[in-house]
Amino acid sequence: MPVIVADSVEHALAALTEHPDATVLAGGTDLMVEVNDGRRIPSQVIAVGRVAELAGIRVDGHTQGATIVIGAAATFARLERGTVAELAPALAYAARTVGSPQIRNAATIGGNLATASPAGDSLPVLVALGATLEVAGPDGRRRIPINEFFTGPKRSALAPGELVVAVHVPVRRGPQDYLKVGVRNAMVIAVASLAIAVDLEAHSVGVGLGSVGPTPLAAPDACEWIADRARWDTDHVTVDPGDATEFADRVAAAARPIDDHRGTAEYRRNAVRVMAGRALRRCAR
Amino acid sequence: MTVDVRAGAGVAGGIGQRAIRPDGVAKVRGEYSFSGDLWAEGMLWGQALRSPHPSARIRSIDISPALAINGVHAVLTGADIPVNRYGLEHRDQPVLADDIVRYTGEPVAVVAADHPETARRACAAIVVDYEILAPLVDPENAIDAPAIHPDGNVFRDLVIRRGDVEARGPIAVEGTYEIGMQDQAFMGPEAGLATPTSDGGVDLVVSTQWLHNDRDQIAECLGLAPALVQLSLGGVGGAFGAREDVSLHVHACLLATRTGRPVKIVYSRAESFLGHVHRHPARIWMRHTARPGGEIVSVESRILLDGGAYRSSSYHVTANAACFAAGPYRVPNGHVHAVAVRTNNPPCGAMRGFGVVQSCFAHEAQMDLLAAACEIDPVELRLRNALAPGDELLTGQRIEGTLPVADVIRACAALPLPAPAADDVLARPGGAGRTADAADVRRGVGFAVGFKNLMYAEGYMDGSVARCRIDAGVVTITCAAAEVGQGFVTLVQQIARTVLEVDDVIVAPADTTIGSAGSTSASRQTMMSGGAVEQACRAARAELEARAAVEPGARGPNPGGIDIVALTTREAIDVTEEFNHRLTHPLDADGQGDAHVSFACAAHRAVVDVDPELGLVRVVHLATAQDVGRVLNPLQVTGQIEGGIAQGVGLAVMEELIVQDGHVRNASFTDYLIPTALDAPTVEATLIEEPEPGAPFGAKGVGEPPTISSTPAIVAAIRAATGAPCTRVPVRPRDLT
Amino acid sequence: MSEAYVLHVNGEEYAVADAWLGESLLYVLRERLGFPGAKAGCEQGECGSCSVLVDGVLVCACLVLAASAVDAEIVTVEGLQPAERGAMSDVQRAFVETGAVQCGFCTPGLIMAVHALLDQDPEPSDLVVREAISGNLCRCTGYGRILEAVEVAARRRSGGPDGAGAGGARGPGR
Repeated sequence: MPVIVADSVEHALAALTEHPDATVLAGGTDLMVEVNDGRRIPSQVIAVGRVAELAGIRVDGHTQGATIVIGAAATFARLERGTVAELAPALAYAARTVGSPQIRNAATIGGNLATASPAGDSLPVLVALGATLEVAGPDGRRRIPINEFFTGPKRSALAPGELVVAVHVPVRRGPQDYLKVGVRNAMVIAVASLAIAVDLEAHSVGVGLGSVGPTPLAAPDACEWIADRARWDTDHVTVDPGDATEFADRVAAAARPIDDHRGTAEYRRNAVRVMAGRALRRCAR
Repeated sequence: MTVDVRAGAGVAGGIGQRAIRPDGVAKVRGEYSFSGDLWAEGMLWGQALRSPHPSARIRSIDISPALAINGVHAVLTGADIPVNRYGLEHRDQPVLADDIVRYTGEPVAVVAADHPETARRACAAIVVDYEILAPLVDPENAIDAPAIHPDGNVFRDLVIRRGDVEARGPIAVEGTYEIGMQDQAFMGPEAGLATPTSDGGVDLVVSTQWLHNDRDQIAECLGLAPALVQLSLGGVGGAFGAREDVSLHVHACLLATRTGRPVKIVYSRAESFLGHVHRHPARIWMRHTARPGGEIVSVESRILLDGGAYRSSSYHVTANAACFAAGPYRVPNGHVHAVAVRTNNPPCGAMRGFGVVQSCFAHEAQMDLLAAACEIDPVELRLRNALAPGDELLTGQRIEGTLPVADVIRACAALPLPAPAADDVLARPGGAGRTADAADVRRGVGFAVGFKNLMYAEGYMDGSVARCRIDAGVVTITCAAAEVGQGFVTLVQQIARTVLEVDDVIVAPADTTIGSAGSTSASRQTMMSGGAVEQACRAARAELEARAAVEPGARGPNPGGIDIVALTTREAIDVTEEFNHRLTHPLDADGQGDAHVSFACAAHRAVVDVDPELGLVRVVHLATAQDVGRVLNPLQVTGQIEGGIAQGVGLAVMEELIVQDGHVRNASFTDYLIPTALDAPTVEATLIEEPEPGAPFGAKGVGEPPTISSTPAIVAAIRAATGAPCTRVPVRPRDLT
Repeated sequence: MSEAYVLHVNGEEYAVADAWLGESLLYVLRERLGFPGAKAGCEQGECGSCSVLVDGVLVCACLVLAASAVDAEIVTVEGLQPAERGAMSDVQRAFVETGAVQCGFCTPGLIMAVHALLDQDPEPSDLVVREAISGNLCRCTGYGRILEAVEVAARRRSGGPDGAGAGGARGPGR
């Protein structure tokens, strides 16, 4: 059977074990581009889009220390609204910038992770929020912190025979945002993107960067520095204007951009600086 | 968009009415047959193998691995082409490369197979041994570099000298401007279906702009008499100039005649980007001098156009860029030197605006510099210099028809400005990317004016043929004019209804069984083929009236008290007429001459919101006034204006085929970006109606002016918002930061 | 080759045999099942010309692996209106009347996108409409007439001033 429509994670894993060269199909929006273009010729496909466990979005734990568990086959259209928009708004903002409405109706967060493009729109948010990935393989399940997942452009720590099952996104109390620069006002690949998440409980700031390095990047030095300099209050955080500028420079320093046909390294680094300043301005007083 | 237009009068669905296009219902139902939708019993799929190198010598081609693949029916190379040369105006391009490839994407071999995937794999199996050569990619170097083609590297070197070429005014402004390579990016990729005929010929259904010119080139290449090659128009998914040149035509016909089977070829989007000509990239230097009151004394310009590997229409693009280099302004003294060269870059040819888009970007930037230098309002400066009928162009040609330049300027400037942007992230530059807050955005307003010739030029003997048949009262119009989306088929019905005073008009399919209608380009079909249809209908009406005079019994319900059914039942009326415009003449050694038939102008005022720190732009609003002669169909004029402006928006802020070392870096809709609904501005238009003498109902073609001055208006608005010089289009984010 | 499979298109079942595994739903609809209404404009999900509904959800048919769409209800532009000649849905009629159609290549995809929009949001604002059709590229119209067509269709659905005599058929119930 060249297309195996899996009905459970175990079914999909068994099929992957039996057909180690099989192509895993989720939303198809990355895979079919390669197939249509002749760059990939599938001989065996395992479709995971109808696995109930992979489609779910649920909240584990109570408000403080809660986690949103997003099934890998959840589409971006679902992340734009509902629970995710309420508890992880930056992820909903990012979801809204993925491709077109048609793409968002099909493309999944698990596919974004498995493709591991540095331009994947949801990835900077997962970095900023400190998400953890749940993957399943022939030897059972394991968790991978997001900052250990990406190993290079379109390369990840996913081992052969493994599937991304879910993304565990910590619910962080505090403002967060996502900014994406593209040359068009819709349906565009990021030239540079930035996610920020302020945690008023942990007194921490998280930043993720997209399209400015071989993988999605974090900016831990800048984040620790500003968390130290900020004045934390129960329901807001305050930073001095000079510190905001310094923060933006430090975030820009974390970028590792290159020149390509979508933009220059210099432009990208500057865009990161501008976005970081604006993002902090929106999230802090 | 709102249009201020005088209401049409007369017959329902006639001239001036909001007539509905006859193919509209089929198109919305998904039933309209585009050339890519064609299917024939037993058909094969054709696929071209293209050169991965911009410049190389082919040492050998081994097709045997492809032929060995199950399902492959034919593999052809240049050696299989009877006459391996084609070209729109000059036959300098091989159908399949023989010994040299001159651009990345040049076809090297073609395959026919029973499945498109099989054809693709067969192409991949062909072994071509290339000796890679250093590509000639800098157009400036091309002029003096060793020839990369037996016909040389210069397609045209044109000088225009007007008045006293030494004269200068006290105020001078100059600049150097660059225009990137724009692609027509029509939505329906190239496609066609060729079927061999029993007499050794071939029928081709194809999407094109000019059936007869294609037919002649195909027949030449196949070594067949033209009568053995019949072309019919397949549904065309947009054109904008890119379908004026032959693409897959000869490949499909040759594969069909060789295999004895129908052969269909459909380009992928990537292949489409490589498989048709583009708008010429240009580098333009310009210096204007003026008196302190803003009156232009002189214009000097040097224009360099990169024509790419083959000539296509470079010769005439050069003339347009040069003839209209000064814009719609009175210029007593001028010196323009325009050169188009051959390089190993992708071939360039026709695109909406045809050479004038490039010049207009430069001259309108200059007009703003001049206004600043003279301390005169930019709109006022343009009014003071506006061309009018009776004035002479740079080429010495006196404007004989209508050209209401001052009127379009005044009408455009008088349109109301748009409201401030809505407080919604989608309304700001960057859109859902949430990059800008309201405080990060600056608004700018810019103005530009352009004009262009209508119809072909420089002595070309142009004509169009149409046939009107009335059989038992049923009116059928036949004309080979290519309907590419612009709505010529609607005009056919409107003209016939008006002239014959009937309700129902059948528009017959376009094919080569009738004489040529010429190309759907140069804003010419409304006048040329519209004129032919009008002429044929008037001749049919005269015959009707003559019959009515001798058959007084045929009184009836139709206008004039006649009965069309009775008068055409025993013997149908069948008339074929050719329409020709007045003669034009070549340019002389000083670039002087009565070279153009007619002109149309437009003014554009753009409002943009810019995020200067990130260099992102949202084009908010375009006001325009356009010289249309007379409105034949307000819906369709509106559609041409809005669509043309969207292409102008694209060139201003996002569209560029990026070519590095002869390789196209963005041959996909992922990276060649065209405006979406969130990038298209709101358009408000005023139509200026001054009927053009000699044109049917006084109408001018309306397709090109919206694309010409919209781009410079937008860039002027970006300059106003940011202070950045913006001497290059598209304006990239990095040009503003 | 993939094994034979069955697709449910516009309410009917169609057997697909001898297909190559990598064939997209777009290819199978157009070349095997005789539904050429969805168009191949880019085969990368960047133009929207191939938009169809799969289980009521608007997607690009070029990015659906056909053999994985078994058990799904697929609706193409051909399934939007009654079969009789010339019948149109309200959205289709509005497109024809407002001049939203030029070359028509993007039109079927846009018709699908606008049906999907108006079925969810019968009175969308200008920006909502623009975002909803931002995945459908049109090169001819500059979108102005298309936006007007959506406005006209929405107004008629809500029984607005232009709603009298709206005789067009509605899209399929979902």
